[in-house]
Amino acid sequence: MSDAAEQLEYRAAIAQALAEELQRDERVIFYGEDVAAAGGVFKATPGLQERFGEERVFDTPISELAMCGAAFGAAVTGLRPVVEVMFGDFMTLAMDALVNQAAKWWYLSNERTPVPLVIRSAVGAGGSFGAIHSQNPAPWFLSVPGLKIACPAFPADAKSLLKAAIRDENPVLFFEHKRLYSMKGAPHLASSEDEVEALGSARVVRAGRDVSIVAIQRGVHDALAAAEQLAADGIEAEVLDLRCLRPLDLPCVLDSLAKTNRLLVVDEGSALGGWGCSVIGAVAQHGLEHLDDVWLLCSPDSPVPYSPQLERVHLPGGDAIASCVRERVGTGVPTTA
Amino acid sequence: MRRAEQRSRSGSALKGSIRSAEASGGEPAAVSANGHADVEGSIARLRQMMLIRAFELEIQRLFLRGEVHGTTHLYNGQEAVSVGVCAALREGDYVAATYRSHGAALAMGVPTEALAAELMGRITGVDGGRGGSMNVIDLQRGLVGSFGIVGGSIAAATGAAMSAKRRGGVAVAFFGDGATNQAYIHECLNFAVVRGLPVLFVCENNLYGEFTAMRRVTAGGDIAARAAAYGLPSRKVDGNAIPAVLEAATEAVAHAREREAPAFLECLTYRQLGHSKSDPAKYRPEGELESWLARDPIELEKARLQGELSVSTDRIAELQADVQRELEEAVAAALAAPAAAPDNDMASEYAA
Repeated sequence: MSDAAEQLEYRAAIAQALAEELQRDERVIFYGEDVAAAGGVFKATPGLQERFGEERVFDTPISELAMCGAAFGAAVTGLRPVVEVMFGDFMTLAMDALVNQAAKWWYLSNERTPVPLVIRSAVGAGGSFGAIHSQNPAPWFLSVPGLKIACPAFPADAKSLLKAAIRDENPVLFFEHKRLYSMKGAPHLASSEDEVEALGSARVVRAGRDVSIVAIQRGVHDALAAAEQLAADGIEAEVLDLRCLRPLDLPCVLDSLAKTNRLLVVDEGSALGGWGCSVIGAVAQHGLEHLDDVWLLCSPDSPVPYSPQLERVHLPGGDAIASCVRERVGTGVPTTA
Repeated sequence: MRRAEQRSRSGSALKGSIRSAEASGGEPAAVSANGHADVEGSIARLRQMMLIRAFELEIQRLFLRGEVHGTTHLYNGQEAVSVGVCAALREGDYVAATYRSHGAALAMGVPTEALAAELMGRITGVDGGRGGSMNVIDLQRGLVGSFGIVGGSIAAATGAAMSAKRRGGVAVAFFGDGATNQAYIHECLNFAVVRGLPVLFVCENNLYGEFTAMRRVTAGGDIAARAAAYGLPSRKVDGNAIPAVLEAATEAVAHAREREAPAFLECLTYRQLGHSKSDPAKYRPEGELESWLARDPIELEKARLQGELSVSTDRIAELQADVQRELEEAVAAALAAPAAAPDNDMASEYAA
């Protein structure tokens, strides 16, 4: 365990990754609304414009379609743009550029034209931002071949995966959960001593043998808290952080299931068409023989409420995870003491 | 290093392109620096327009024969716009085109055979048959792509201008009058002005957005005036007169390149056919088509060459025969090529 002085804050991890890649490769540019002079509304990008100049780091008009469409045009002609879309909910305004252009050009050009761009965006609920500043846009993009979707849960992964995303030759949507920006953690994780990892590998963040809990972003931390509670009851939960939703590291999930035979997926969004259902569908298709039980913990089919009391109930948290595992797994789990 | 590679790639690919600056070593213009009319340049541009027209007529035939699939949007009547604008460009500049893209693709130097093969879904197509008529992409020749959804070219060119600016280049967005009612145009005109991007926005106002007359759905009715409100140079030009298009484009491209700033050109032209293969265009008022056919861009330029520039009738006829020969060879080769099929098209989802 690192001591406090060595801890890396999630937002600082973002800033460091950007600074290092801007320094490393002059083709990298970074822009968005309020990202340069103000350093970003979540203060994840201060000082970058001073350091790299206003041609490479700049504030834009409030024009998500132009920002993302221009990123596509810049990427196919030799730059490596990183764009911040302030809230994930705003990505609805840029769908044409991302879905019909960025995701398609590699294929349509007969694999001659890579599209190396990154769209960073703050996503997720839990801060009383209301229904249209709290969504996780991943499911809107999950079914689009050609896109990559990263969703790091830990500061070290935020840095490592953002660097990987910037070096990737494909369009990467990089989703940062709002309730993680102030989180501090080890600057390096055991599996990421190579500072840059390829996108698309999941990680077992807690080993266990009774049930596999698959989560992303804030849900990983909720699952870890639940696993602590469950351990006191004699239930050993294995917690998997997917880290990327596309490509999906299905082998990592299946390996875990071969051991536990039970799968809980924790998805902050709603069920139908969500990433959680996609994971369960892939497991059903490719690993049915491993499954004794499978279920999804997610939010109800309604927009995210504003009221803190309503929002708390709406979201699946650590207590809900622990209690549903107790209910499904029971207390009679055989343990090898 | 990367820049040098790009130059040499596009340099070798320039054959067939209408971009003439390299060959003449200076700015393209209807009148050369020493005051003499640029007869050979004009002939080359006329030939390019004739090739595009012949190509479109052939594609129409191939569509009816079942060799071109889905749908296709033909460019007949608008040839002077893409040929005139692309002639003002240099190697290393970029073009983003619309779903009515065959003219821009040929003007940027996409080989006739590769374009025909693409439309016929052949493996020898410029994009291996994966793109088709609405999705022609050829970055090696500066063609950022053709955009199947109205307005997509506008942001793509805006972004390409961010790249081009580092190398002294410019990017052109072609789009129709219909696209000027898309969010893209407002966002990108503003973005390009505040960011100082060398992009030329070329509106091909052909009077119809799909099946609907432009005047019925365009507030204010004056597209060039709308653009001027963003504080960039904006001109309206006769899009059927290639000398006028070339002159205006040359001025606008020079502005974009030298001032690192955008410019806007509204080219007034006419779509001689319907929106797409399924549109007989019966909504046009009586006499409208005929009045525009009387101002056909190719016939206008032939008349100018034969009159003002004293080009012989024989030379024009030779040109037509030459174009026809090139097209026939290209189509025959494309037809002989294997169709793109699962056994010769191995797709990987991601670039490595």
